[in-house]
Amino acid sequence: MLTLTNRKKIVSNKEQSFSEKIYLPAVLKGMSITISHLFRKKATIQYPEEERPRSPVYRGRHVLKRDENGAERCTACGLCALACPAEAITMVAAERKPGEEHLYREEKYAKVYEINMLRCIFCGLCEDACPKEAIFLTDRLVDAEFWRDDFIYGKDKLVEPIEKDKRIDISKRQTAAVLEFKKIPGLRHNVLYDKKKIDK
Amino acid sequence: MLASFVIVKIVLCVVVFAISLGIAAYSTLWERKFAAFLQDRIGPNRAGPGGIFQPLADGGKLFFKEEIIPDVSNKFLFILGPSLFMITALMTGVVIPWGKDFIWNGQKIAIQITDINVGILYLLGVVSVGVYGIMIGGWASNNKYSLLGALRASSQMISYEISMGLLIIALIISAGGTLSLKEIVERQDAGLANIVYQPLGFLLFFVCALAETNRAPFDLPETESELVGGYHTEYSSMKLGLYLFAEYINMFISSAVMSALYFGGYNFPFASEVYAALGLQEGSLAISLIGASVYFIKIIIFINVFMWIRWTLPRFRFDQLMNLGWKYLMPLSLLNLIITVVVEYFRGNINF
Repeated sequence: MLTLTNRKKIVSNKEQSFSEKIYLPAVLKGMSITISHLFRKKATIQYPEEERPRSPVYRGRHVLKRDENGAERCTACGLCALACPAEAITMVAAERKPGEEHLYREEKYAKVYEINMLRCIFCGLCEDACPKEAIFLTDRLVDAEFWRDDFIYGKDKLVEPIEKDKRIDISKRQTAAVLEFKKIPGLRHNVLYDKKKIDK
Repeated sequence: MLASFVIVKIVLCVVVFAISLGIAAYSTLWERKFAAFLQDRIGPNRAGPGGIFQPLADGGKLFFKEEIIPDVSNKFLFILGPSLFMITALMTGVVIPWGKDFIWNGQKIAIQITDINVGILYLLGVVSVGVYGIMIGGWASNNKYSLLGALRASSQMISYEISMGLLIIALIISAGGTLSLKEIVERQDAGLANIVYQPLGFLLFFVCALAETNRAPFDLPETESELVGGYHTEYSSMKLGLYLFAEYINMFISSAVMSALYFGGYNFPFASEVYAALGLQEGSLAISLIGASVYFIKIIIFINVFMWIRWTLPRFRFDQLMNLGWKYLMPLSLLNLIITVVVEYFRGNINF
């Protein structure tokens, strides 16, 4: 008969032999197996000090990107919140005042932008939905906290720093394939995006 | 004379108490470490360098946990259970000779709290009282799981005590008919260790000691998979701590007893040659201390074997446990006793 593995064993209900009955040979065999593990390399990864290598396209903690001038890209359209299957994202929109052009790229911006990291399932659909290339998942991890409230990340934790050298690099995540995908016409946000470009 | 005697004994009591507790505390850490090593893990290593403050952290945690006494339980017995178990565990350390006598200001001082001439009987007696600790605790909890655990513990301990007693009789016959632990150890100084005369006896005694201390593979009283926690299901805070702690003290003491009975206690091969080479006089403190450290090395090896077995073998089923105790261990210890008697008769050590 065909077997899936070569570890198949026929079970039988035969009487135990004498050496099996006195347990000792089996006990000694088991003990030699366990002691042989004493000096083996340990499998433990001591987390805060050591980290398991993560894939460059790992989907971890989010970042809200700024553009090259340091203005926030997010326009509070709400597509990410709509796309989110876990309903982890909420936002409150506000209108940009004159003189705030260096802070916000579009006329409308997110005054409050919150992601509940306990609800988030890190699927990356927000990233797919975003027409402004504003939200990305990064290979950073969400820190452990003592209180549930602390897992609701506001803009203070989500928006990347304004300093050029402190920006979060997402180029690994935004691969050529991703960029290509975002150009597919017919995807709703691309249509809007393209229209806006034409208007300009 | 009397004052110095009292002072020496009090100091000894305190030291033995402290050492028993210290070794028990650090066996909990070492047990976790050892288990981790056998399973390719690292084990607790956050509290202090290498995790050496882990027992303190564990103990502190137990003290700060909420103490729950079930409403329907018998409060007096509920508290008596763990206390009794702990007291009997600590009482067993009294008769164990930790080292050779030494001479201090012209007085002979024994490193043993008391050398009663029925030392082994005392040990067996105290260990049997220890069963009451589990039984009372399990019964007073007013919980079916606790009661089942307590029943299992008591039937298991009583069954294995019988073979243990028979093995000790055989040992005493071959060791020259004394019940004093000190004398048994001293006699192994001159001759060979008792393990040479009683190999089968030692093996069986070891199995009995595992069962007596409720260690795996005989940890049926606390089978967490079927009895929740066994006899200590209802216990919390330091009362639970006492139960768990006393188990480690029992392990330490039974290791000490086994190395005293079968491996010559504080003696080691070519001891007198080594002492002569070091230029130590008979009766000096150094000899006692060297002997005591050798004794502790033996004890620690035994504790490690206990742990090694625990993290290797799965648990017995209860009927298997009883079969092993009554149908194999008891006949074998009787056989061991008969062989010993016949051999000693022909060696002329006993006559009828």
